[in-house]
Amino acid sequence: MTFVKSLAAKPWIWSFLGALLVWLATISFTGGYGGGGMVTAALSLAVFTVIVGVGQMFVITLGPGNVDLSLPANIGLASAVAMKVMDGSDSMIVVGLLAALACGAAIGAVNYLLIWALRIPPIIATLSASFIIQSIDISYGRGLQIKPPPGFADFANWQILGIPVLAILTVLFTIGAAIALQRMIYGRSVLAIGQNIRAAWLAGVNVGRTRFLTYTLSGVLGGIDGALLAGYFRGANVDIGNEYLLASIAVVVIGGTSVAGGKANVPGVWGAALFLVLLLTMLNTFGVSAGVRLLLTGLIIVGVITVAGGEKASR
Amino acid sequence: MLKANTDIIRLNGAEKHFGAVRALNGVDFHVVSGECVGLVGHNGAGKSTLMHMVAGTLRPDGGQIVVRGNAEIDYSVARALKLGIRCVFQELSLCPNLSIAENTRINHPALTGLGWRRKAANLIAAKLEEIFPHHGISADDIAGDLSIGRRQMVEVARAFTVTRDPLDLVILDEPTSSLDAHTAGQLLAFVRRFVAAGGSCILISHVLGEVLQNADRIVVMRDGKVVATDAAKAFDRDRLVATMGGAEAREKIAAEIAAARPADSPIRVRARPARQEDGRELVARAGEIIGLAGLAGHGQTDLLLAIFAAATRRKTGIEVAAPVALVAGDRQSDGIFPQWSIAENIGIRSLARLRNGLLISPQREAELAEFWKQKIGIRTPDMTNNIFSLSGGNQQKALFARALGSDAEIVLMDDPMRGVDIGTKLEVYDLVREEAAKGRTFLWYTTETEELDNCDHVHVFKNGRIVANLTRDELTEEKIIQSSFGDAA
Repeated sequence: MTFVKSLAAKPWIWSFLGALLVWLATISFTGGYGGGGMVTAALSLAVFTVIVGVGQMFVITLGPGNVDLSLPANIGLASAVAMKVMDGSDSMIVVGLLAALACGAAIGAVNYLLIWALRIPPIIATLSASFIIQSIDISYGRGLQIKPPPGFADFANWQILGIPVLAILTVLFTIGAAIALQRMIYGRSVLAIGQNIRAAWLAGVNVGRTRFLTYTLSGVLGGIDGALLAGYFRGANVDIGNEYLLASIAVVVIGGTSVAGGKANVPGVWGAALFLVLLLTMLNTFGVSAGVRLLLTGLIIVGVITVAGGEKASR
Repeated sequence: MLKANTDIIRLNGAEKHFGAVRALNGVDFHVVSGECVGLVGHNGAGKSTLMHMVAGTLRPDGGQIVVRGNAEIDYSVARALKLGIRCVFQELSLCPNLSIAENTRINHPALTGLGWRRKAANLIAAKLEEIFPHHGISADDIAGDLSIGRRQMVEVARAFTVTRDPLDLVILDEPTSSLDAHTAGQLLAFVRRFVAAGGSCILISHVLGEVLQNADRIVVMRDGKVVATDAAKAFDRDRLVATMGGAEAREKIAAEIAAARPADSPIRVRARPARQEDGRELVARAGEIIGLAGLAGHGQTDLLLAIFAAATRRKTGIEVAAPVALVAGDRQSDGIFPQWSIAENIGIRSLARLRNGLLISPQREAELAEFWKQKIGIRTPDMTNNIFSLSGGNQQKALFARALGSDAEIVLMDDPMRGVDIGTKLEVYDLVREEAAKGRTFLWYTTETEELDNCDHVHVFKNGRIVANLTRDELTEEKIIQSSFGDAA
């Protein structure tokens, strides 16, 4: 009983519960058919949301007003950079990944530069940066779909016993992120800044460096995500990251991270990403039209934020 | 001379508590018609609380309010206004988005009908002209656009305008604080005329000369009590300062400090306030406790923050030779991390030392918290409880633990004892002296004069500058008051 209680007190449990319910609803609709395949597909797709979701989580945790809206454009450009550098050759995979990573890091650093040097609110800075990035992407990639090297595409789709290898690696990465958040100076600094930036400064936290690292980290994760997406979907294009604008923010919020900052939750990002992917699968299985699907997704996100916000107000 | 007139208002045994703080401790106070009563005392002596009671904004916890011989049971602001009692509070109260005329209308519901704006404008313009001839303020000016001095002029003039309610007693709480000498003189002359015509006034001012020259009778408050009441002519400046003070209990601490004082230790901080024009600067050596005194908001906090910033980034005029930590006075906005436990709140300043490899060791963090729980007496069953489970005083202790538990050799204290109970204060004073004896340097801004007794050296601030630099031996309450309230200084 105490175990159940302590579990119920964890904010991330609800996102996993939601994912489980959606999955059960779907397989009961199909009569149990395709349950395993659905989990495999969900894991494969959730990975991409989790990677950018973790970056977004650190940014949002910096406190009110902090958000990275440049992720979709970042993903698009990084996917093109990675594919161009790899140029269809397996020997260039690592170099291509590093290029995508550098591209993302540069975008993150520029974002923070705009916020810091020009004192632009993050929401405006990252949004305007994303227009610039998108333009670069269009002129750089010329709108063409560039194919990944076969080895990289295979890696991105590789499964062991029905479990995508990328998902396993991403689980390891999120464990690392959770440790960084709770047990490293960097994570503590992010949490402190999110609660009270002035108190954090007065307590000796290096506010500028922490914010810089956080925006850069978000950029790096966007870059890697772009390269992996291009590998998984066998080609880079400008629109490849579009759905990750809302998704990256939604998984952070549904996963139990406070929109007001200072309180973050890594496992919740996984639960929320699975929930969102399974929800889409369920609505597809039910044969709901695309319009209704978007409508329901939007309503669910609004609902979750309302419930989460309501709890906070009553405290 | 005092006329044997009837009381306008009389308070018998008024008491007020804020939590454990006794702001007023059985005060008898009265004003008769046609007199100006001067009210003096330190910050926190209870003057403002007493005036809030007279104006009806605060209800006494005990005692009686009698207006013109009738005991008032349901005394309130509305009732006070009906009875002709008004107040100009220290905090300026004009609505910044409204014009002067519109602001005047707020106090005069009788101005109704078409053309109320004109009526209000005429009312306030006439009164401004009467009090401050050639004032240069238009009734159509928006309050927020006026300088603070002009806002104060409007505020005062507005209190003296009359429509429906009578006007017998006006409380002036620091009415000249934002006025220059000329307009202050005009105001005080008007107050004399008002009193001569049979009105009454209560004048609160830190400029003792104003009170001595303009009041008929002076009431001195200290620690929530009236300690002296006498005709103004019976006081002079020195007697007033001595009565406000309280020079008894400080001797033993003084001796203790003098004994502990190291001879010639290295200089840790050398700082000159940004607005300092002469060569005065603040110098703090290892093991010293340096007090920053003066009225609130005269540049003490600014200097502490400048020193704090200079510890990480070069700043002209400030040298800092060791790590710095700051103990915030405004806990909620400058100190507390509300989502965190007590232990995390203490550990944040020392994260680098709590590491084991790359990771923060929960065990070391718990040890640090436990050590300070014992040492400073934080009253909680469990240091992993949320910081808000503590009382205000204990939250403040946690902030002290954060600073003292760190590697900082210089500790800046930004009036940290605001609103803290006396028991906690005494514990922390001992701790500060103990840590100073071990070689730490403290820069201590305080608005409570008794706390300066813990200091080796006191710098008195006025208008962002150091105006006096008192060593331990020279440190007397009178000197601090004279420098910081100084009309002559």
